[in-house]
Amino acid sequence: MRANCWLGKGNVDVLDVPEPRILNNHDAIIRITRTAICGSDLHLLNGFIPTMKKGDVLGHEFMGEVVEVGREVKNLAVGDRIVVPFPIACGRCNACREGAYSLCENSNPNAGLAEKILGHAPAGIFGYSHMLGGYPGGQAEYARVPFADVGPLKVPEGMDDEQVLFLSDILPTGYMGAEMCDISPGDVVAVWGAGPVGQFAIASAFLLGAERVIAIDRLPYRLQMAQEKSGAEAVNYAQSDVREELLELTGGRGPDACIDAVGLEAHHPSPPAYAYDRAKQATRLETDRPFALRQAIRNCRNGGTVSVIGVYGGFVDKFPMGSLMNRGLTLRAGQCHVQRYTKPLLERIQAGQLDPSFVITHRMGLDDAPSGFETFLNKEDECVKVVLTP
Amino acid sequence: MSTRLPHDDGQSRRFHPVERPGESPPGRLGAEFLRTALGWFSLGLGATEISAPHSLARTLGVHDSATNRSVLRLFGVREVSAGVGIFLSRRPERALWGRVAGDVLDLSVLGLAMSRYRFHPRSATRLGVATAAVVGCTALDVIAARKQAAMTEAERGTAGSRQHVTASATIRRSPAEIYEAWHDFERLPTFMYHLDSVRVVDGHSHWKAKGPAGTHVEWDAEVVEDRPDSLIAWRSVDGSQIDNAGCVRFVPAPGDRGTEVHLSLDYHAPGGPAAVAVAKLLGEEPGQQIADDLRRFKQLMEVGEIVRSEGSPAGARASNQLHQRPAQPIG
Repeated sequence: MRANCWLGKGNVDVLDVPEPRILNNHDAIIRITRTAICGSDLHLLNGFIPTMKKGDVLGHEFMGEVVEVGREVKNLAVGDRIVVPFPIACGRCNACREGAYSLCENSNPNAGLAEKILGHAPAGIFGYSHMLGGYPGGQAEYARVPFADVGPLKVPEGMDDEQVLFLSDILPTGYMGAEMCDISPGDVVAVWGAGPVGQFAIASAFLLGAERVIAIDRLPYRLQMAQEKSGAEAVNYAQSDVREELLELTGGRGPDACIDAVGLEAHHPSPPAYAYDRAKQATRLETDRPFALRQAIRNCRNGGTVSVIGVYGGFVDKFPMGSLMNRGLTLRAGQCHVQRYTKPLLERIQAGQLDPSFVITHRMGLDDAPSGFETFLNKEDECVKVVLTP
Repeated sequence: MSTRLPHDDGQSRRFHPVERPGESPPGRLGAEFLRTALGWFSLGLGATEISAPHSLARTLGVHDSATNRSVLRLFGVREVSAGVGIFLSRRPERALWGRVAGDVLDLSVLGLAMSRYRFHPRSATRLGVATAAVVGCTALDVIAARKQAAMTEAERGTAGSRQHVTASATIRRSPAEIYEAWHDFERLPTFMYHLDSVRVVDGHSHWKAKGPAGTHVEWDAEVVEDRPDSLIAWRSVDGSQIDNAGCVRFVPAPGDRGTEVHLSLDYHAPGGPAAVAVAKLLGEEPGQQIADDLRRFKQLMEVGEIVRSEGSPAGARASNQLHQRPAQPIG
């Protein structure tokens, strides 16, 4: 079958690889009908996530039709259409029982490797390095879905792929980012990054009762999407001073909650400031450059909440711990516990509160995945989200 | 086997069934005396060099210049650190070898001074005496360092090759269920990947295991303590190829979290510390290995099977986590 594979830093290509087969009794095999490129795939492309291997199949946002089920999978039948959550979760350990699916204690066979880097091991993730399990991803014609009896969401009749595909990752991720802000009536929420996850964090903050949401980015077309699709106010950090704008927009208080939907490859409008962290990153003195996170912490109102859904891989420098501690901020973070959100968000989509397909700007065949990565990486052609059809 | 195993009563978390009575190796007192004497000598000489470089320079027969005084003070710092090292270091032979290196430095500086002062008979004589004294010191330092190294090796020899490894995991099952599963020793190789097989015959069990780098070892073991739902301890019988023991405890976890499983293994690795180091280089790190074993046991108990990914389709082993196949379907 055809699959988009990581071949090294800056290099992905569609190759012929074997078709997946059942390895565990809880597996299902699906024929993929839609898959997408995630912003966090760009961290893999750019070589920032350790323990990738040449030939790894990429992709953790996918859905498809069940073609085979393992002995223990009773809830699915051949022919069912399912959306697959990106974290792999057993549903039986203490973490899963508490709904913390992305912290599943059993789904990462390489937990020992993750422990060395992260202290304790999180769940396995499709197509996202060997320390997170060494599972092939879904930018392919077929995929093996472990714990198919726990994670996948059956797609109701009459809904098309593009309406539900993003339940696999970016919609629940944006939603959890907003949920972690514990929004109260009257709250102003600022969201760093108006990429696909940022767009959904903005929309979710409004759904959860935010009075106003401020989108911060440097790409005018993405800010425009946030304004038009969700009603956000926009701050372009390349053109104006973020601190001044936020003080002005919040009467000097600062936003009640700040969401970092950027992660480890942030940009900075000042070339020397950018060069400082970029150089440290290049020489491995830090693995992640946390401009957005620093700014989110420093600008959050006293006693407010900073919610981190942008991906970080290792270590950051100049972390404003003094600001966090002295001003009583709450820092929350996490890979999304997707399985917890699929059904409630599906209901919101069905009720017409949200149509996640608005972020799609590019539709391509699977074989065009490498050019899709390039378009997305370089923000060409006003790219927000690339969806691939195998 | 007459000795009763020490075991964990919840008081102590460590388990040391493989004990050897400590003996004082011959020559120990002599080596210790020499080491102590050299340590005090280092401290005394160093203190003099730092506090009285003027008179020391005159005694040695070199010019009492600012440069010479600075050199003497620096050497004094070196001597004091060597002395401190001899008394405080866990590996005093290293400090003693440091003294030998210092002696060589002293001798070369004295040689330099000799060539400069060779036309001053008084200085030349004094420098000659100093050189002779340092040569004598060097000899003593070498003897002390070698004795100390031999002594440390003798002390650590048994301790170094005795491996004590532990791992813990919390499993969502009752202590009774976990005890029962573990007690089926013949099933242990399902999740303990370094084991090839375990056969139980008449209360004894015969174990076959993979050693490092493709070697194989076998031994007979007996259960030495068996407390239903809470503890199983076993150890190899006398005369085994690998003297080893294991203990697993099942403790109810707080709240509704299931059971804490605490596993500890002790063994004398054949080949001593060097073999252990080589095994670690080859990726057979025993601590990581039993942590992975317990993870697989947890998967068996909670999920019913060992979870496999394409990167490590047989289940991950410590040795192959860095050498996986690509995350691609298996043909």
